[in-house]
Amino acid sequence: MSKVLAIAQYTLHEALRTRLTWMVVGALAALALGSVFVAQVAITETARMQAGFLAATGRMAAVFLVCLHVASSMVREFNDKGTELLLSLDLPRASYYLGKLVGFSAVALGVALATTAALAWFAPHQGVLLWGLSLACELVLVAAVTLFCVITFAQIMPAVSFVLAFYLLARSIAAIQLITGSQLLNPHTLTHRLSTWLIDGLALLLPDLARFTQTAWLVNDTGSAMTLGMIAGQTLIYGAVLTGAGLFDLYRKNL
Amino acid sequence: MAERRLSIVPTAVVALLVLALAAQLSLRLLQPRPSASARALPTPPSPAALRVTSLGDPIALAQVLTLYLQAFDNQPGISIPFKDLDYGQVERWLTRILDLDPIGQYPLMLASQVYGQVPDPAKQRQMLAFVSRQFPLDPKRRWPWMGHAAIMARHRLHDTGLALQYARTLREYATDPSIPSWVRQLELPIYEDLGELRAAKIFLGGLLDSGAITDPHELRFLIDRLKQLEDAEKSSAASRTRPTGSAAGKQ
Repeated sequence: MSKVLAIAQYTLHEALRTRLTWMVVGALAALALGSVFVAQVAITETARMQAGFLAATGRMAAVFLVCLHVASSMVREFNDKGTELLLSLDLPRASYYLGKLVGFSAVALGVALATTAALAWFAPHQGVLLWGLSLACELVLVAAVTLFCVITFAQIMPAVSFVLAFYLLARSIAAIQLITGSQLLNPHTLTHRLSTWLIDGLALLLPDLARFTQTAWLVNDTGSAMTLGMIAGQTLIYGAVLTGAGLFDLYRKNL
Repeated sequence: MAERRLSIVPTAVVALLVLALAAQLSLRLLQPRPSASARALPTPPSPAALRVTSLGDPIALAQVLTLYLQAFDNQPGISIPFKDLDYGQVERWLTRILDLDPIGQYPLMLASQVYGQVPDPAKQRQMLAFVSRQFPLDPKRRWPWMGHAAIMARHRLHDTGLALQYARTLREYATDPSIPSWVRQLELPIYEDLGELRAAKIFLGGLLDSGAITDPHELRFLIDRLKQLEDAEKSSAASRTRPTGSAAGKQ
């Protein structure tokens, strides 16, 4: 356990020393300014528009920054042969992987905290709290999926591309299911049935990120503790899937 | 570089992966299938916001929005499609989509063949009015929907005046040489009162002959519509003959 925590600690230190904090603060400041502009040009519901804009763009920026940070940090460590050095010591691969996961999850929590704090001025506090906790779960999943992808691909471009595709698909899979289930389409054709099965099968393997971090919780006050419980459960289960898959890959890797 | 053999992976890791995957599948299977809510159709974003969102590619955005709109209220589990939709919102969505992609015919097809089919005369009228307002903006491409609107006005709304007005508009605007000449003579079958099935058959036959419809999905969709009309006519003919038969039996 101490080995896991030691790896997590230096992963967190690395995040603090690579100006991630300033990147997050800078992005949020720019988006906050953008939200002021949106509020200025809106004819009505200015506060709602401002909160909605900042929440949606802040969420995307947080996902992007966490994904890029995890990918670049891991690839740098591969290139510097840091991973090989660490694994040549008395350190099980599982401890290394879990340490990295805990460290990046802590980074994700920090980014979620900063993003939530930026929203605290623009929306009711209860909604902001729910939104922030959900964002934290979402960012932890993004960090976990990025870590898994970097371990698998060992390069930034394929790893980040895969993560962004995964993220977009996980956020839109419910909508895609709705579209393929349309009764306007001929449900008896083979191609339609095949595509429906494919989409339904894919949906089983993806977390339904469309239920996470909804702007409606901020602007319509529709969030609930039950929804958050469901999100936490999904994060735990999918986090375990990604950890299992990442460990499986790491153990099989010839370093 | 070859990977290490599978047996090198600790059993605990394999067990974690299998159990977590099983939990994920169970969780997703337990969650209800996503369903569309008729009341959830929001106001579409403003044209300016859509232009910005399209990132310079309005056609792609129009196509995404069309599928998004189409996904509302035609899902399994909702017994009366479109009935509960706010047609003001539907019309706004269709207008925005046409603004983004004026060449695309999908919104007008949805208006005349999908949203215009609800058993609510007011909503039918609203969709037909939408088609008739959009038609003069691009008669060369939009004439098939105006023709459908004229036939629907006559046979669904039983409003001969409106049907003739639409047929007249069609004659006035559909002057491009690429449009078949029979389109400009649609007032005739409306005057003659041929019945919906025959009028629709003539119109669809003309459409197919003119080569205006090439998309196999659209062809199948329109042919299915025709079959539905035939089935409806058969069942109404059967119900018309039944009382006579029973009356004869009583005598």
